[in-house]
Amino acid sequence: MSDTASEVQTHTIRLELVDEPGELLGALEPISEAGGNLMSIYHERGNVTPRGHIPVEVDVSCAPDRFDRIVDSLREAGVNVIQAGSERYDEELVVLLVGHLVDTDLSDTLQQVEACANASLTDLSLSAPRGNDDSSSARMRLKTKSGTTDAVLSTLREIADGKDLHVIEPLTEGTQ
Amino acid sequence: MTGARLAVLGVGAVGRSVVELAAEYGHTITAVADSSSAAIDADGIDTEAVLDRKADEGVVGDADPDDALDADYDVLVEATPTTLGDAEPGFSHVAHALNRDKHAVLANKGPVAERYGDLRELEADSDGQIRFEATVGGAIPICSTIDDFGPDHITAARGVLNGTANFILSRMAAEGLDYDHVLAEAQDLGVAEADPTFDVEGIDAALKFVILSNVLADGDEEYTLDDATVEGITDIPGTALELAAEDGRTIRLIGEATPEGVSVGPRLVPDDGPLSVTGTLNIVQLETTHAGRLNISGRGAGGPETATAVLSDVSRLTQ
Ligand SMILES: NC(=O)c1ccc[n+]([C@@H]2O[C@H](COP(=O)([O-])OP(=O)(O)OC[C@H]3O[C@@H](n4cnc5c(N)ncnc54)[C@H](OP(=O)(O)O)[C@@H]3O)[C@@H](O)[C@H]2O)c1
Repeated sequence: MSDTASEVQTHTIRLELVDEPGELLGALEPISEAGGNLMSIYHERGNVTPRGHIPVEVDVSCAPDRFDRIVDSLREAGVNVIQAGSERYDEELVVLLVGHLVDTDLSDTLQQVEACANASLTDLSLSAPRGNDDSSSARMRLKTKSGTTDAVLSTLREIADGKDLHVIEPLTEGTQ
Repeated sequence: MTGARLAVLGVGAVGRSVVELAAEYGHTITAVADSSSAAIDADGIDTEAVLDRKADEGVVGDADPDDALDADYDVLVEATPTTLGDAEPGFSHVAHALNRDKHAVLANKGPVAERYGDLRELEADSDGQIRFEATVGGAIPICSTIDDFGPDHITAARGVLNGTANFILSRMAAEGLDYDHVLAEAQDLGVAEADPTFDVEGIDAALKFVILSNVLADGDEEYTLDDATVEGITDIPGTALELAAEDGRTIRLIGEATPEGVSVGPRLVPDDGPLSVTGTLNIVQLETTHAGRLNISGRGAGGPETATAVLSDVSRLTQ
């Protein structure tokens, strides 16, 4: 797979949708009409923007010259495009974080993760402790720029170490 | 080697099974020792009587354990407890055999993990050979597969090599129970020992992956437990397995022996992938240079299972 300028690339677009049936489908139509290929859709589950909308992240692959047209047509169709980058967040990373997540200021932990330049947090599930001193678990789904998985993991380990939390990493090889 | 005369050191789960099964493989037991006694007979001991006496009186015979080292034998079977650091007394037992130009087959991981270079040096000066299939993955032929392919043709090994930790994790996932609860159950079932530290802290698995690293490095580099990054499973809450399951994954204690080094720790793996074996099963994946990936799985521990590996090693020895 060589990588010439005219070749298809994956782009990440962040949208905001109103929580109504058909909204998502309506937002996706302009993408294919403008020549984009929909690779994946991430709902940030349970997450609502300050305006009460639902953030959605879509990965679209297309030739570089098509990308602007896709974003334009989304906007023309009335979709609220928050961010449209051609950065290739095309690798997914799922990790578990275990330990005293709540006592160690979970929102600060997440902010530190979000600050990581090579990754964006797309989904978080938390399972809170049953007893008082039980540890809890969080599953984080991150999208990482290609080739940065190791760097992201080591950043996550540093964040966890600072709070005496554990990162349970995915086995990156050998999972087939 | 056929019709070998064996001296078996250690009559625990493994040693006892070796003594029981040797005749089936055409071998004779000429000496047996436990920590306080020995039974020696150059014509072959009465294995049944010796094991009965061990069960009834806690000793195998009236001789001194050290006398077993000087008995008549072709192959010394080292099945005393695995120890770290100087790996004694196992290391000296094997050294004694090699100095006498006899072979040694180890179930004891200590000498192979902690003093691999010393072992190979002694072997080089001896007419005897060492083999240690039983130290890694019980009945699963891992070392011999690497031998067959040649260490140059295997680039990495990874997998699950501790049945106790795997049992605990798979029970936690299946029943939604917490670590302490499942550990107690495993102890009741005899799957976990009263002191499970070696298993649940990842040390046992790490020793096995250190051994694999030594085999794969083939003398270019030597590894010991100190070189391994080791993390156990004691801190994993039941909720972690639940969150993993929601996403089609599970957690396994995975070891890796790669050119970058040795590591053992809990990892997320696909629920339906080859590495998510359940119960006490073990699995190893070998990454080959020209033939893709090999998955070998089976029973990684237990007396008869481990004795099977020991006796296969005896067969592999050349005169
Ligand atoms: N069990 C497995 O599934 C398995 C699998 C792979 C490898 N291994 C390894 O194989 C070895 C044996 O395992 P095991 O489960 O059979 O252990 P075990 O049940 O604890 O038995 C150890 C035996 O070694 C004897 N012993 C201790 N010190 C001795 C000495 N100085 N000289 C002679 N004998 C001595 C003990 O004597 P007493 O009876 O007098 O206490 C006992 O009979 C260990 O190194 C273990 O790590 C075990």
